[in-house]
Amino acid sequence: MTTTQQTPPQSSTDQPAAQQDSWRGYAEEGNDELSRATTVRLKEQSRKLLGELLRPYHKLIWLLVVIVVVENAARLAVPYLVHLGIDKGIPPILAGEGSKTLLTVVAAVFASALIQAAARWLFLMRSGRLGQTILLGLRRRVFDHFQRLSPSFHDKYTSGRVISRLTSDVDVIDEMLETGFDGLVTALLTLIGTSVLLLTLDVKLGLLALLSFPALFLLTAWFRRRSAIVYRRTREAVVLVIVHFVESMTGIRAVQAFRREPRNEEIFWGVNDKYREANLESFRINAIFMPSIKGVGNITIVAILAYGGWQAYHGHVTVGVLTAFLLYLRQFFEPLQDISQFYNTFLSASAALEKLSGVLNEKPDVAEPVQPAQPTKARGHLQLRNVQFSYVDGVAVLPGLELDVPAGQTLALVGTTGAGKTTIAKLVARFYDPTGGHVMLDGIDLRKLTEDDLRERVVMVTQENFLFTGTVADNIRFGKPDATMDEIVEAAKVIGAHDFIMALPDGYETPVAKRGSRLSAGQRQLVAFARAFLADPAVLILDEATSSLDIPSERLIQRALRTILDDRTAIVIAHRLSTVETADRVIVLEHGRIIEDGTPADLITTGGNYAGLHQAWEDSLA
Amino acid sequence: MFSTAMLGVAVGLTVPLVTRAIIDGPVTRHEIDLLLPLALLALGLSISEVLLVWARRWAQSRAVSDLEAALRNDLYIRLQALPMEFHSRWQSGQLLSRVTADLSTIRRFMGFGLLFLVINVLQLVVVTILLLRLYWPLGIVVLVAAAPIIVVSLKFEKKYLAISRRVQDQQGDLATRIEESAVGFRVIKAFGRREHVKQQFNGGAVKLYDTSVDKVRLASRFWTFLEVIPNLTLVIVLLLGALAVGREAITLGTLVAFITLMLSLIWPVESLGTILAMAQEAMTSADRISEILDTESTITDGPDELVNPRGHLRFEHVSFRFSPDSADVLRDINLDLPPGTTLALVGATGSGKTTLTSLVPRLYDVTGGRITIDGHDVRDLTLKSLRTAVASAFDDPTLFSMSARENITLGRPDASEADVQQALEIAQATFANDLPWGLDTRVGEQGMSLSGGQRQRLALARAVLARPAVLVLDDTLSALDVHTEALVEEALRNVLAATTGIVVAHRASTVMLADQVALLENGTITHVGTHAELLATVPAYRTLLAAEEEEVHA
Repeated sequence: MTTTQQTPPQSSTDQPAAQQDSWRGYAEEGNDELSRATTVRLKEQSRKLLGELLRPYHKLIWLLVVIVVVENAARLAVPYLVHLGIDKGIPPILAGEGSKTLLTVVAAVFASALIQAAARWLFLMRSGRLGQTILLGLRRRVFDHFQRLSPSFHDKYTSGRVISRLTSDVDVIDEMLETGFDGLVTALLTLIGTSVLLLTLDVKLGLLALLSFPALFLLTAWFRRRSAIVYRRTREAVVLVIVHFVESMTGIRAVQAFRREPRNEEIFWGVNDKYREANLESFRINAIFMPSIKGVGNITIVAILAYGGWQAYHGHVTVGVLTAFLLYLRQFFEPLQDISQFYNTFLSASAALEKLSGVLNEKPDVAEPVQPAQPTKARGHLQLRNVQFSYVDGVAVLPGLELDVPAGQTLALVGTTGAGKTTIAKLVARFYDPTGGHVMLDGIDLRKLTEDDLRERVVMVTQENFLFTGTVADNIRFGKPDATMDEIVEAAKVIGAHDFIMALPDGYETPVAKRGSRLSAGQRQLVAFARAFLADPAVLILDEATSSLDIPSERLIQRALRTILDDRTAIVIAHRLSTVETADRVIVLEHGRIIEDGTPADLITTGGNYAGLHQAWEDSLA
Repeated sequence: MFSTAMLGVAVGLTVPLVTRAIIDGPVTRHEIDLLLPLALLALGLSISEVLLVWARRWAQSRAVSDLEAALRNDLYIRLQALPMEFHSRWQSGQLLSRVTADLSTIRRFMGFGLLFLVINVLQLVVVTILLLRLYWPLGIVVLVAAAPIIVVSLKFEKKYLAISRRVQDQQGDLATRIEESAVGFRVIKAFGRREHVKQQFNGGAVKLYDTSVDKVRLASRFWTFLEVIPNLTLVIVLLLGALAVGREAITLGTLVAFITLMLSLIWPVESLGTILAMAQEAMTSADRISEILDTESTITDGPDELVNPRGHLRFEHVSFRFSPDSADVLRDINLDLPPGTTLALVGATGSGKTTLTSLVPRLYDVTGGRITIDGHDVRDLTLKSLRTAVASAFDDPTLFSMSARENITLGRPDASEADVQQALEIAQATFANDLPWGLDTRVGEQGMSLSGGQRQRLALARAVLARPAVLVLDDTLSALDVHTEALVEEALRNVLAATTGIVVAHRASTVMLADQVALLENGTITHVGTHAELLATVPAYRTLLAAEEEEVHA
């Protein structure tokens, strides 16, 4: 049922994996391989997202710009002041005219050192805090957005991707803010500031120093290009390593039981080796880039030294200017080397931002109403009017269903896999919207109800009886956050979960996930039922909710169900006829159409599909 | 590697000395003939410095990436060999972070940190000596300035490490919330609890924000401190140096060389803090990794091979507990399954059925008594021959992100196409042939998503294909509809006729596959017999498996 239809490739040349990767099998890469147009669109989206994230803080950002300019001005002033100290401060002393000029210059150096420190501290503090604020906003926004998106999106996107968007992608942006941002700004400002200062100090020497620019530009361009390629390779390789590793560890039981270890080692060595090669390549790019930058820097310095020495010999420049030049050049080339260190961080951060903006641009298929209806007190009258639904265009799961469930009725859905039982459940719970027709509760189309109104009225319990970290009580309380402890205990008693809960080490306060107090599948399901009972909805949907229970627990539940379902509408889907038999009414579905409809007793006597199933079931009980 | 590194540092340091020679010689004393040779010398030194750096990095890159890959591989091999008992204690996320984050930390430290640590310390020492020799009063000023940096660095590092750890922990907590919100999404949706979950998340996120801002505050102070000290030193050096030149105690060239050299210390000093923190982190990472590498596997090969197993399975006074200080989960289990017989295991939820079946392929080891196959204690057999003889299908079917074929042939990689098809037939899993790429379609989390029933049938096909002497089916059919279940059971009957089988059953129809039924109550077998016998004589069995009919119609 959850199988999504995928188109097979037109020819074997489309098959993406190389021969040695045949174990992986083929799959549509979906979100991983992107066309050029999509890439451009993603870039635009992520720029837009960045803009949105920064907009509320534009005043602070301008302040930060001012601070960083002041800081760099103060930093760049130091070599210039050293030049003044040597050229203007020392001669008077040598001439015995006192050290007044020198002291002034030294005081200026002292002042600029203090200004630089103050500005630097302010910048680091403010920009760091700003980064964290933006990150907090981003986290909240993406989290909330994921929760708003429809189940159909989550079905396709898988929980693994959701988790990595919110953890590793956000972490990468964090790292970028922590390490890269400061470096990038400093490198850029140093580049501009130094060029200007060098030209001011001495035009000829300045121009000579600027000759290194084309070389630097080419080197950096080469580095960026190569890094981007290798970066992608590294990411691809590491994903394979992670997937294989995690699956081996989570499936260790199957691995060991089927002696999979040697083959797994082979595969792991393969993916690990690819990752190693990618890492090696990335190291080597750095091994070329960093010394090359240093080389350009060293040659420039030597050229300045030689030419500057020659000029100084002829008295065209002073020793102080020459010294200032040498100091500036050093300041100039060092940050450039650092760029290589955070360039990968920068690349991963922008990739992460692209992915996040992609998620934020997803619209929920199931949208909140613009003008919500004001529902009266819920009674639980369900109507499906000519409801059509298809997961894939052209393949109708429900070709046009008419169904009226009066308030308070318990309706069981029966039919083979793919008959549309779960689809009906999901439409009533509004996990999906029908592609045609209306699903109505108490006369109001579900699309007109707000999420809150809907969830208050309709609750679905599935086989996926997920329990959250916390105590048993917390998990039952999930059905009604403001429930008192008495209500929780009461709910557990009605469901028949009270006894086993009291037998746990800390009763209701036992953490569900902690070792030693793990619950069995059946027990978890009982907790899930108690949760649903506490929520007290007008319509309760049970989709295979009892299939993981053993017979005594199921019997327990069934007894409870009679109480629970008594005064509310229920839709029950179950493989086991024992559960079906408790219903007021059974419909048998085939290819999305109702082929039988009546009370269980009626259907048995009329002798159709249901009667056959019933007979088979009775036989199996022998 | 270290020799090229040191040579590189030495060469780098001589450049300022050449600068001094140029300023003092050609410029100040007008010895213009010396300019060209000195410049050429500087050029030669600069280029050789670059070459040395390149050579060092090049050599280092291979060594470091090889080391990382080898360590990762070792970890993987070790983890696969560690028993279930280990894996049930460790979350896979914890293990993953060791294989990725921790190894990267070590790689970064080995790649940059370690070398820079040595180089920087070396540079500090050499430059300080040089500075002292150039003009000792100024050298002492620099030396005095270095002291507070070292003290503060060490103090900072301790605090920084503590706060970083706190950030990491809180990130972990937040990650748990995220994971639950993603995996439990449908439950949250079904109950409309978005706000509730959002608030919980926000709480965690704000806590993380606060700690991160604390971290920023601490780091800002430290980085500023690291910058301000060298600048203040420069102020003093400039003042005293210029006065010294005035008194003609040193030449102008010396002062320039002195300042250049001193400023060359800024970066090594600044980065020392980072590098030391990196070293600490690498140390912690290494500890975390050796935690795993040092864990001895408790379930290891025995000396005997099992040749042509017939599949006579016996449990003799078997007992089991998860840890020495906990209570027995299973006690005094005695069972005898002659070759070819099938036993159904029936018991209430949590009675230990799955645990009991896990003992046969030694996913866990018994803590008392013994299990034998054809008379051999399973602990005396090599794991390979034991696990070839025993195949299991679990209630919760694990599919890997690999082709369907790879998943099915897990237990028997050399199976022929006909064997595979036959196994698919038996498990009613021929749908796999109709996947977009047939059996080469990738399934699992990273591939095609299959329904619970489809996954169970593939897992069953896997177990059947292995053609084991002992087949363990742990509630393998729970997600199948009645119709499919009947078909599978029909086909399984033939398979089970030829092998020894243990079938964990919740339903009467599954029990019918077996020759005998064992009732597991409170961790021990209370009754063994046929379905009819137990139904007739054992009330507890009736409660578990009897038709609910009378109740339903009551």
